[in-house]
Amino acid sequence: MGERFVTRGFVGRRDAAPDAAGLSPDERRRRTPPGQYLTPDFPVLSAGPTPRTPLDRWSLRIEGLVGQPAQWTWDEFLALPSRDYVVDISCVTKWTHLDMRWKGVSLDTLLEGVELDQRAAFVVATCDGGYTTNLPLADVLNNQAFVAYEYDGRPLQPEHGGPARLVVPARYFWKSAKWIRGLRIQDRDEPGFWESLGYHNRGDQWLEERYSGD
Amino acid sequence: MTNAIDWQLATVTAVRDETPTVRTFTLGLPGWDGHRAGQHLDLRLTAEDGYSVERSYSIASEPERSGEVDITVERIPGGEVSAFLHEVVVPGDRLELRGPIGGYFVWEAALGGPLLLVAGGSGVVPLMAMARHRARSSAASLATAANGAAGTPARLLLSSRGPEEIIYRAELDTLASAGDGFAVVHTLTRQQPPGWTGYARRIDEAMLADVLEPLGASVRAYACGPTALVETVANGLVRLGLPPDRIRTERFGPTGT
Ligand SMILES: Cc1cc2nc3c(=O)[nH]c(=O)nc-3n(C[C@H](O)[C@H](O)[C@H](O)COP(=O)(O)OP(=O)(O)OC[C@H]3O[C@@H](n4cnc5c(N)ncnc54)[C@H](O)[C@@H]3O)c2cc1C
Repeated sequence: MGERFVTRGFVGRRDAAPDAAGLSPDERRRRTPPGQYLTPDFPVLSAGPTPRTPLDRWSLRIEGLVGQPAQWTWDEFLALPSRDYVVDISCVTKWTHLDMRWKGVSLDTLLEGVELDQRAAFVVATCDGGYTTNLPLADVLNNQAFVAYEYDGRPLQPEHGGPARLVVPARYFWKSAKWIRGLRIQDRDEPGFWESLGYHNRGDQWLEERYSGD
Repeated sequence: MTNAIDWQLATVTAVRDETPTVRTFTLGLPGWDGHRAGQHLDLRLTAEDGYSVERSYSIASEPERSGEVDITVERIPGGEVSAFLHEVVVPGDRLELRGPIGGYFVWEAALGGPLLLVAGGSGVVPLMAMARHRARSSAASLATAANGAAGTPARLLLSSRGPEEIIYRAELDTLASAGDGFAVVHTLTRQQPPGWTGYARRIDEAMLADVLEPLGASVRAYACGPTALVETVANGLVRLGLPPDRIRTERFGPTGT
């Protein structure tokens, strides 16, 4: 739309006071991507039932264009070097939650012992329940993504993607695949679940890449 | 690649109260390309100084209606967008929106059934689009089929707090009395009218089993509402033997934590 439309009578809620976490309105505005609103909640969004895989049958596998596939059992995964992360998360359904606290393993750590083929350029996250999402490797390396198993100091709950989910803070939250079980390294891009259903292939919330064509 | 979903201007042509806290807005949309039952749209409100907010609303009307769509909005106390829509918007106002959006939580008559719809509160909105679409397509097939084939067998289980809070109550009664295979089962969780013989508790697995029974385990299930309800329904249906890929969920409403 060329000229900006103004909604009759709309002023909006302009919170003037610092929020419960002490963030000033200015800082909140600066950290809110376009079209998003801030919430202290952690809403749940998934397309179907919550899968539940017992931990003794859980594993995480890296496969595809790698020298040797790598695989970790739950105990092996927990033994990997982990980190605490405090990141802002934005969901395409419009909520943004600032300073979400996670614990998890960086993708850099997971890929450390894996020999990537020269053609490796994309990764598809595969999950219990059949969910998939795609990302360029360049968007997940160098501390841009991690596999989380704790949220806010507690084990990640199943409805939030537990036992473990991918977290890619710089993309809309559907890229942070719940119930992750594998990373498939590929030479070509392959749209995942939502990416095949009209959502944007990249999903950068600061560019408001919600739907394909945005 | 794909065409962008462009912003367009709708004119509010009618406003109707569904319950004391839920209101339907009819939006005239000359440029609407049509939608599928279950999809939503994004609404954008913009203030004089450029401050703007967006929220998603499910499309309540059936795809067969052209040139306009209905959205049904629950007023959230202190809600930035829902309270504005309730307090300020009147027929003749224009609203900026884009859509339709969402390609998974959809049902089309061609997908077939039987159909199990389960909703809590305003979660009924996208399911209403499915029920209306189903009624329209079963009427169409009744009109053409010499043998008078009935529509897709379907049941809606709707959880509301009390009788006054049942959204689309009269229309649901009408749809259920059409005799074309659509049934509505209510549960009233907080307040029941005198003589109420229906369910009076939150949806649980036993209730789901009862409601599912006449349809059999080959149903397509759609559940929409607050997270706790959707979790109960989706997990309950899996335990009752439905394949997970037959259960589609959408969540909005209070989230708890
Ligand atoms: C795909 C999709 C479809 C949707 N369809 C519909 C629809 O058909 N009808 C509809 O009414 N809403 C629908 N919603 C919800 C809608 O987008 C808004 O979230 C809702 O109207 C609240 O916005 P608000 O600006 O009024 O409240 P906000 O100012 O965003 O929120 C105010 C406070 O209320 C809480 N809150 C938000 N929603 C609820 C709720 N339902 N009950 C109690 N507390 C709440 C928030 O957590 C927040 O603390 C849908 C959401 C999605 C993602």
